[in-house]
Amino acid sequence: MTDTGQAQEPASEAERLDVDTLLDDPRTRIVVCCGAGGVGKTTTAAALALRAAERGRRTVVITVDPARRLAQSMGVAELDNTPRPVPLPPPAEGAPSGTAAGSLDAMMLDMKRTFDEVVREHADPERARQILANPFYQTLATGFSGTQEYMAMEKLGQLSQSGEWDLIVVDTPPSRSALDFLDAPERLGRFLDGKLIKFLSPAGTGAFRLLGAGMNMVGSVVGKIVGTRFLSDLRSFVSAFDAVFGGFQERAERTYRLLRTSGTAFVVVATPDTDALREASYFIERLDRDSMPLAGLVVNRTHPLPPGPGAELDAERALEAATTLEEAGTHPLTVAALRLHAQRVRTHERERLSRERTLSAHPNVRVAEVAARVEDVHDLTGLREIGASLAGGGPISRGR
Amino acid sequence: MNEREHGPRTGGPGETFAGARLHIVTGKGGTGKTTVAAALASALAADGGRVLLLEVEGRQGVASLLGSAPLPYEERVMISAPGGGSVSVLAADAEAALLEYLELFHGMRMAGRALTRLGAVDFATTIAPGLRDVLLTGKATEAAERREGGRRSGGGSHRYDAVVMDAPPTGRIGRFLNVNSEVAGLARTGPIRDHADQVMAVIRSERTRVHFVTLLEEMPAQETRDGIAEIEALGLRPGTVVVNMFGPELLQERDLATMAAGGPDGTALVDGLKAAGLPEPEELADDLAGEVYAYASRRLLEQRVREGLVGTGLPLLELPKVEGGVDRWTLTTLARRLTEQGVRR
Repeated sequence: MTDTGQAQEPASEAERLDVDTLLDDPRTRIVVCCGAGGVGKTTTAAALALRAAERGRRTVVITVDPARRLAQSMGVAELDNTPRPVPLPPPAEGAPSGTAAGSLDAMMLDMKRTFDEVVREHADPERARQILANPFYQTLATGFSGTQEYMAMEKLGQLSQSGEWDLIVVDTPPSRSALDFLDAPERLGRFLDGKLIKFLSPAGTGAFRLLGAGMNMVGSVVGKIVGTRFLSDLRSFVSAFDAVFGGFQERAERTYRLLRTSGTAFVVVATPDTDALREASYFIERLDRDSMPLAGLVVNRTHPLPPGPGAELDAERALEAATTLEEAGTHPLTVAALRLHAQRVRTHERERLSRERTLSAHPNVRVAEVAARVEDVHDLTGLREIGASLAGGGPISRGR
Repeated sequence: MNEREHGPRTGGPGETFAGARLHIVTGKGGTGKTTVAAALASALAADGGRVLLLEVEGRQGVASLLGSAPLPYEERVMISAPGGGSVSVLAADAEAALLEYLELFHGMRMAGRALTRLGAVDFATTIAPGLRDVLLTGKATEAAERREGGRRSGGGSHRYDAVVMDAPPTGRIGRFLNVNSEVAGLARTGPIRDHADQVMAVIRSERTRVHFVTLLEEMPAQETRDGIAEIEALGLRPGTVVVNMFGPELLQERDLATMAAGGPDGTALVDGLKAAGLPEPEELADDLAGEVYAYASRRLLEQRVREGLVGTGLPLLELPKVEGGVDRWTLTTLARRLTEQGVRR
């Protein structure tokens, strides 16, 4: 249920993002949802995946950190890194018949396990054992700020190659620096391929000898501060990891290329407040710079105006009427309702302005809107309603 | 506007703030953590205090809040608090903190530069377990303990009356603050380990409080409860729960349940709209009824969420929703609201 059951207002100015056309197009193979933390990315990803499945596609959704109840509702409360089938709910009343339902699988990303699998695949068993046991690896696999993004992309690459699904929807982690996953291959490369590695590698090469005295000084400083045990752990990690690194890099680059193909659609998710939209704007620019295909912007939790004459009643007029009634000392309920309406209109106006300001810099970006709901979504029925709302129809605008 | 019956318990926040010097502010993404941290810093600086607001996520959130250019790694007075206090702001980053640490504690400026050239600083602060976190929390504890006249002078008065950290979100806060055990995995002995132990001693002490920012929504409230449990399990002290972006109350509390159950009385609404001389009163009444229903349902849900937060036993502070975004001026208003609720150094 949306908060007032009002009609979806068409996204003014900007063109509407046609979600159904995007999801129905068999050439759409990957949908990546990105955006700041707390904007409803996971819910959007899950709702898009469910809608695609109900419209006939074999869909899998990779979620990163879903709210517990949402995860439970999809049956992925266990972090087991394997896509599990989600039983589709019975079709909604009045749903178009004749479309054969597809299927939906869902998984929750376990980044450590994904990383372990990659290491095992690229290293011989002995070396893999060494890497997995090294404390530096443990941090890289769990704490490194780019790892989650990198592993989400790795998993995407794996699922895409398996050919089991014809649509993969990915929910990206709420990155500190926005689109970290685009940088992940390059960042890992910078760390594991640089001068430092040569310095730390036990088999010192020419560069090591050349730098000679400077290196010894640096080595002794590092040793003094962090302890020699730290240094030896780091050395063994680097030498073991070096051997598998080429394979890593290659995979990361392949996934990066996959993201740039026309079968991929990026959906930037935001809420209508200034900060989230500013972040969205940054995402749109960044995707553009990397030539990543942007499908559109989803603005969640908006406050549309009601479908009837309420849309025409502006805040000033409503407050004026409220004051008149209050002075007469009558109709307290109407007074409260008019004040509430005035507040709603102002919220709506502010949201519209923020959105227009953002979109003025990106006039070609298509937009879909989802009205604020009273409660969070915690079941498939709720997800289905969000999906319908995203597509600009369904139960929400029924009866308009 | 009606007075809530279950407002913040009297004496709660005051006791929480007494004796605390380091305030760590966390919260789920989107709850307004940075705004609350800045308002808290201003409130603590009121009437002649000196407070440092420390940002550690590299987002330059404080700069964007204040409408200023990105801030360098430097403590700079940026906000004047009511009654003559000041808030300095530091946008900390791990690399700069490492170089400073090398210089300050080991007198190694040159070595630091050599390490930077090698890419070692970048490397170490990115993947070395816990190093980034220990450097950033270390910076906060150093500022909180700093005395006038240099760190070895001992007897001087504190440089800052309080330090407020705009910390990582709730999902990462436990790990971020538990630097000691993070570093333990690697540096079992040596200066970094000693440093981590000292930092942890301050974080675990009476002088440090962890505050949680939330909205009256299910997910942020759940994360807050989980976060409090995690912080307590680590032996740290939770401070207050700040309920941010509290909306104005437009309906009588006693009416909420009725409105959310059956919606408002349609006839009464139509009569009122007619009396006010508004056009299409019947249709308009339908629209307004929908809005009233949604508002009342939302409020009831917020009350349930609030009850759950009261159940944490921590004092609740409330900050109103700022229409149209926060700036310097509204920040002062928010700081005053905190002061009114008992926040003082």
